[in-house]
Amino acid sequence: MSDTAAVAATALYKRYGSVTALAGVELTVRRGELVGLIGPNGAGKTTLVKIACGLTRASAGTVTVCGHRAGTAPARAALGYLAELFRFPGWCTGAEVLALHQRLARSTGGASERDELLELVGLSDAGERRVETMSKGMQQRLGIAQALIGAPPLLLLDEPTSALDPAGRRAVRELLEELRTRGVAVLLNSHLLSEIELVCDRVVILSGGRVTAAGRPSELTRAGGIEVHTAAGLRRFPTATREDAPAIVASLVGEGQQIYEVRVVRSTLEDVYLEAVTPE
Amino acid sequence: MSPALIIARHVLQESIRRRVFVIVVALSLAFVALFAFATAEAFARLNTLSPGRGTLDTGGLATVTLVGLGMFATLFLGTVLAVFLTVGAVRGDAERGLLQPLVVRPPRRSELLLGRFAGATGVCVVYVVALYAAVIEVVHIAGGRYPDQIVGPGVALAAAVTILIALSLLGSVMLSTIANGIAMFMVFGAALVAGLLNTIGTALASGTVETIAHDIALALPFEALYQAGLHGLAANQTGFTGLLVNLGPFGSGQAGSLGLDLWAAAYLLIVASLAIVGFSRRDL
Repeated sequence: MSDTAAVAATALYKRYGSVTALAGVELTVRRGELVGLIGPNGAGKTTLVKIACGLTRASAGTVTVCGHRAGTAPARAALGYLAELFRFPGWCTGAEVLALHQRLARSTGGASERDELLELVGLSDAGERRVETMSKGMQQRLGIAQALIGAPPLLLLDEPTSALDPAGRRAVRELLEELRTRGVAVLLNSHLLSEIELVCDRVVILSGGRVTAAGRPSELTRAGGIEVHTAAGLRRFPTATREDAPAIVASLVGEGQQIYEVRVVRSTLEDVYLEAVTPE
Repeated sequence: MSPALIIARHVLQESIRRRVFVIVVALSLAFVALFAFATAEAFARLNTLSPGRGTLDTGGLATVTLVGLGMFATLFLGTVLAVFLTVGAVRGDAERGLLQPLVVRPPRRSELLLGRFAGATGVCVVYVVALYAAVIEVVHIAGGRYPDQIVGPGVALAAAVTILIALSLLGSVMLSTIANGIAMFMVFGAALVAGLLNTIGTALASGTVETIAHDIALALPFEALYQAGLHGLAANQTGFTGLLVNLGPFGSGQAGSLGLDLWAAAYLLIVASLAIVGFSRRDL
């Protein structure tokens, strides 16, 4: 099935001298799927994304992009990429940046595609503005627009919201949801776990160059018991499930307790993340 | 439009929009004005000297020396322009994050590099040819004479700058921007020393010094092309005048040849191939 996947990494290794950045990564992003890639600094997230888009060569293993070997022209034609650290020429206007990438991507969208993308990222009024006069957040949104040129079936986004304010982050989340409805696969590399939890279909946790956990956010997080706030204080029932709540409440009321709040606890993605990346 | 042409056009646009042309043209006009003043003074002084100095053609000597000086200045300024346009083309742009968005596009890396080469070459060749033509005309207006050859030395100058661009691009693949800039100017300086060694070797009739200078010039063929250009300026100067020209800092005993032209072309191809292979294998 790997040839039909948007991204498929198999036994992927990358070594920089004596440093092993990736140590046998197995990862699949299905078409139309939104996958969040998380992990501590130095876990190999950016290296993985760079190998997928052909910027870096793997030491061993394979990566395919929409069935094509990563780094080949058809693979690069199938993806849009926003680097973690990127810059556009300051002397160009936003529209000129997009026009340059349209020509290189052989996109036939012309001015209408540029206008649509600028509107999509909230830069409709900034198309004729020079990049050097744009804020970091505006440049990041321009970077997202650039990645969307030619309507690629796969987006590789490396920290796309790092320079955005909360409103900008929400706009990107909405954009990602919109892309999902269009069937675009997204590999989203981010440190913002709440963001990943909100929008991603699946989460892959990378640590020490290996995938240490992967699954749907709801699968990764688990029941954490029930907490009941009573007049006597907080009572915890760590092994209880949601179904046990009425019986627990009835029991406490029977004991004469006054109940103020009942909460079904689930571990957060942050808990899962910390567990996955903390060495045993 | 091919990807290489798209990038070349982008480089030209950058040169225009970042006012590279404005600055270069303004400073070059200042140079030409200074050169014109000095040239006019030199010929005015020459006219006050008493005639009848044996077989010495003072007008010819002054013409080729002044054009040689102008040619040296043109090569130097062309080199500065070439280096600044290309010194950070690969590693420098990658470190600044400018390169990655372009490299992930479908065109091959070789096409992107070729585009940078074509853009820089377009800018620099136009520049050195224009400045060289201005130098020739200034000397002609002031002294009433042209050097013995005009087109050949001009082509050699353009070819020399083209090789320097290729070297700078190769350096940009392997070195950081600062290291590449230093390396390029040291290479340029070494080549100049080779030229002076050649003059000294000729004056002292030292075959060893001449051989060393010749070998350095072949290792850095932009210098050999420049020397061939200088030689062409005074190709018809003979006797005492020819001797004086060749012993001067802007004379050369190294004539151009088909062998040199072929070697320069091969050198350019080798350097370009190394740059392309290096860029293709580089992790960004």
